[in-house]
Amino acid sequence: MKKQTKDNLITYGIVIGAFVLVQLLANTGHLSSHMKGLLVPVTYYAVIAVALNLCVGILGELSIGHCGFMCVGAFSSAFFSKVTQDSIPTGPRFLLAFIIGILVAAAFGFLIGIPVLRLKGDYLAIVTLAFGEIIKNVLAAFYVGVDSKGVHFSMKSASDLGLLDDGKVIINGAMGITGSPQNSNFTIGIVVLLISLFVVQNLINSRQGRAIMAIRDNSIAAEASGINVTKYKMMAFTISAAIAGASGVLFSHNISSVTASSQYFGYNVSILVLVYVVLGGIGNIRGSVIAATILYMLPEMLRFLNKYRMLIYSIVLIVMMIVNWSPKIIEWRKRTFGKISIGRRKETA
Amino acid sequence: MSFLNYLISGLSLGSIYAIIALGYTMVYGIAKMLNFAHGDFIMVGCYIIFCISSRFSNNPLIGIVIAIVFCTILGVTTELVAYRPLRGAASPLAVLITAIGVSYFLENLALIIFGADTKSFTSVVSWEGLSLAGGKLKIQGVTLVTIIVGLLILIALETFIGKTKQGQAMLAVAEDKGAAALMGINVNRTIALTFAIGSSLAAVAGALLCSAYPALSPYTGAMPGIKAFVAAVLGGIGSIRGAVIGGLLLGIVEILSKTYISSQLSEAIVFGILIVVLLVRPTGILGKKIQEKV
Amino acid sequence: MALLEVNDLSISFGGLRAVDDFDITIEKGELYGLIGPNGAGKTTVFNLLTGVYKPNEGIIRLDGEDITRKSTIEINHAGIARTFQNIRLFKNMPVIDNVKVGLSERYKYSALEGILHLGRYRKVEKEMDEEATRLLKVFDLEGEKDTLAANLPYGKQRKLEIARAMATNPKLLLLDEPAAGMNPNETKELMETIALVRKEFDMTILLIEHDMKLVSGICEKLTVLNFGRVLCQGDTKTVLSDPEVIKAYLGE
Repeated sequence: MKKQTKDNLITYGIVIGAFVLVQLLANTGHLSSHMKGLLVPVTYYAVIAVALNLCVGILGELSIGHCGFMCVGAFSSAFFSKVTQDSIPTGPRFLLAFIIGILVAAAFGFLIGIPVLRLKGDYLAIVTLAFGEIIKNVLAAFYVGVDSKGVHFSMKSASDLGLLDDGKVIINGAMGITGSPQNSNFTIGIVVLLISLFVVQNLINSRQGRAIMAIRDNSIAAEASGINVTKYKMMAFTISAAIAGASGVLFSHNISSVTASSQYFGYNVSILVLVYVVLGGIGNIRGSVIAATILYMLPEMLRFLNKYRMLIYSIVLIVMMIVNWSPKIIEWRKRTFGKISIGRRKETA
Repeated sequence: MSFLNYLISGLSLGSIYAIIALGYTMVYGIAKMLNFAHGDFIMVGCYIIFCISSRFSNNPLIGIVIAIVFCTILGVTTELVAYRPLRGAASPLAVLITAIGVSYFLENLALIIFGADTKSFTSVVSWEGLSLAGGKLKIQGVTLVTIIVGLLILIALETFIGKTKQGQAMLAVAEDKGAAALMGINVNRTIALTFAIGSSLAAVAGALLCSAYPALSPYTGAMPGIKAFVAAVLGGIGSIRGAVIGGLLLGIVEILSKTYISSQLSEAIVFGILIVVLLVRPTGILGKKIQEKV
Repeated sequence: MALLEVNDLSISFGGLRAVDDFDITIEKGELYGLIGPNGAGKTTVFNLLTGVYKPNEGIIRLDGEDITRKSTIEINHAGIARTFQNIRLFKNMPVIDNVKVGLSERYKYSALEGILHLGRYRKVEKEMDEEATRLLKVFDLEGEKDTLAANLPYGKQRKLEIARAMATNPKLLLLDEPAAGMNPNETKELMETIALVRKEFDMTILLIEHDMKLVSGICEKLTVLNFGRVLCQGDTKTVLSDPEVIKAYLGE
């Protein structure tokens, strides 16, 4: 078996193993309800971390606005689910919600990618942040209602929609979407994570993926080798946005009311996901999943520290970054322990 | 007349953004890193002034001076402890994430010491301001002071960089660290000096920000910090004048769109302007064009 | 018909005519040298030929096809491949994948097949692996095929860059100072590699070089550039004994 194939299977194995373990713990009553509540969030943060690593690690472009794609995925799917709540049975409706969330996020990824990917480095990063914030702000000022006459939009208020008596407000500005069905569960989260991993890992081992990584490593040489730089950049960015959209669908079908607030979709959340990606290893897809799981759980594990937990978390983060990345410490580590590396760029891709 | 009023308050907010953006842009230009914690230095400065004025002294100047000194030390220490070890790391993301860690650290430390509740900040400017055109045009003291301070800082910085040896050393380090070191410039000290200046400016910006918008919480610095970063990019990151132009533009756009369009969408408009400018000028208004040599 | 025909090629950068009325004709199978002092415009000629810069004037024809002002990608597809003065490899990718990137415009399957690993994926990947391995063998790199390109020694990086260029199946290969930074042993090995490429692939090559020994040892024809203009053109021996060329090289 090829090394890459083996590597991929290990990743799926870890995810499935963790799933089985958690199910065992849950069924034998070893999991508190608080911990159970964290399971679905872990899966959607792992999914968006995989998506962001495709953008940052494989495509090599820093995005700090990926939660914007999560946001449109969450809203479009929750909108669909709420409208069709009484007309389509749960199973097919949730599947359709996923398709809609993913397609809408992909469309946003494509449209935003056109201007964004013309920029370079930190300029590109700040524009992704800007788009993420714009999506969040516009959605928070957006009102949509449905009545027998059709769909109504407004940017002012719910009453401005002019709904008939049979109508209902679906997106209520800053109050978002309330009362949409909550269909997400841990099993579905794991399935979505496995599919995301399958897509990204397969992509990396294809001619398209190699073209994307070639552009990352040297776009001038890639062009000279006949690689269409714009096309493959767009491809990677759109797929990354689509996967972020899938995490948004999991998100919006896990809570009772989805709001376009900073707490859920702000740049600070995008940055949090970026921390997962960097600590898990830039370009290391499996690392992203592991880092997202550990770092999402860590503050929860540190609950006994009460108000000091986020402080400790930040210190851990700083220390880990310095230990893992400082050129001097790496050299010292190599001298002392030989070649041990934790969470750095994978040496053999 | 009311338009003029809004324009002036936009100019004032813009001056605050400009002062913060100067810190961002200098650090970026010289250390080639985004100091995400820069916004939190503002918050630290505000809390220092708040403590001094509520416990020890009524003279706001004393508070400001102590805040400047404290933030300068904080900036230099942060650079030494958290950023310097990562200079020359394999990925520029390493130091970015560390800066995010520092930002979390400062916010949570403030949360533990001062609590999450919003403190009401007493303005450091007690002057009432001007009333022109028979009371139709009222300009608050803090507004005027902010604009003047912003202008003074710009002049001082331009002079410092253009006329002094340390300023020239900064330009050299910004251009090429290796070559600067070969020319006998102490790169570490120059970068530390840059952090010192940037952080002291953050303290000044904090005093002005909280005087104009007197609500102080551990997250006070975060959003102005991001917007100042946007301003720095807008103006062309690394450029002193660019930071000022970007800051002023952003402040004016924000106030005017809040007034005339929608306060909910004002942030979206600010970010929209950034996108439009970068599409026309991919390295900002005064940014240098970078072309890779083949 | 000549393989490459360039007439009156000119480009200016802010008033400076970096390349001025440049002409060259290369027949199929020739090994042609482009020489000249530093700053003469040699790399600019390469950048014009490969579409990195668009000429102000002039016509470039490859195998009869007008490729003037086409994009780098189109020119590569038309049949020009190149290497770079400062090596440009896909550093964080294994050696074999560097070559496979070069192959990827000839061995195709859709993005969907790529993501699902279905359809043509397996068959085409197998063919690519075989072709890449065959190429690596020619350049004596098959032992390092899973090494990251960045970890190769310098001489082998140069070879890999040529292998990657060859993977795009070019009609014309442009080599930009292939011997730059090499020690005499490595240069000797490089000369053998270039001779091998000609023999194995029946390749037409245009190379920029400073190393006179290399140039006089392998090139059949030379063009000398000076201040963006052609100073002298023709058989290697004739060109190298031209007093103007000696003057440009050795100074007065």
